[in-house]
Amino acid sequence: MTVSPDLDRRFREAAGALGVLDVGFDVVPSPVGELLVAASDQGLASIWFDPDPERDLDRLARIAGPRVLRSPQSVDAARRELDEYFAGRRQSFDLRLDLRALPPFTVAVLRELARVPYGETTTYGALAERVGRPRAARAVGTVMNRNRIPIVLPCHRVVGATGNLVGYAGGLDRKVTLLELEGALL
Amino acid sequence: MDAVTIMPFERFYETHRSDVLRLLRRRLGTERAEDAFQETFLRALQAYPRLEHGEHLRAWVLTIARNVAVDALRRSRPTAELAEAGTEDRRAPHDELAHLTDGLPPKERAAVVLRYGYDLSYDQIAAALGSSEDAARQAASTGVRRVRRRIST
Repeated sequence: MTVSPDLDRRFREAAGALGVLDVGFDVVPSPVGELLVAASDQGLASIWFDPDPERDLDRLARIAGPRVLRSPQSVDAARRELDEYFAGRRQSFDLRLDLRALPPFTVAVLRELARVPYGETTTYGALAERVGRPRAARAVGTVMNRNRIPIVLPCHRVVGATGNLVGYAGGLDRKVTLLELEGALL
Repeated sequence: MDAVTIMPFERFYETHRSDVLRLLRRRLGTERAEDAFQETFLRALQAYPRLEHGEHLRAWVLTIARNVAVDALRRSRPTAELAEAGTEDRRAPHDELAHLTDGLPPKERAAVVLRYGYDLSYDQIAAALGSSEDAARQAASTGVRRVRRRIST
């Protein structure tokens, strides 16, 4: 017996509205490809490039709990801000972030990262210095590589000491696209 | 890794939604089945984090659906006969216990089958029945007593 798209949509809507999910997600189109965006009651939990439901469902369950459901309105706020960002109408995000279960060093680095302004770049070393661990540039690189909320936590704005782009978990092409969008690469 | 022993709800929902809708349509008709469908999976969502293992999820969600249907019928027809509850979707544990539990009131029957047929915990059974853990324990023990009495006479 096939569940009609309408019935399916209504259930997902109700589940999102009633606050009974550990985490709701949706796939959001963007100029850097489809993004799997997920939010819990604590805030935005992840943005992943190249969505892969089989893998991503398990990852989300590990972050937030087993009640993972695709529920478009769970990520309405994030979708709206991302759309504005990609349209060039937003330079900073007002979303709450769900950073639970991350080690303190990671959280400290991500909080500093969040302060790197739109259209500017910084280096791994500078970020390490700002969290009081000047020799931890490599560890900062690892935090960038594992950043589960890219774009909103702008790891694309972090480059090597000599100005080379170094790397990006979502692929260098995307790093270039994001920096170009912000007018940081001219 | 071992924290995730129960599949993400999305997968559970996709796996069982057709069976749930089929059962509800048979019990309630196409139109009323839709509300009951939502109610079933919302109840399942609420209880999901309390599940202790990921086994027998199909039996569990179909039990929730049966109880949602019973509630819906009761609301619309106060004296509706509910004896038909549990005549379909029999799996082995159902079958094994059927000759003992068939005449029991629906809640007691469900509690006995889930407890002794599927080895679910009382809080899982409570979630399936939409009742408290105490009420689930009570239903199972009353059901068992009733069965014993019937066997011995």
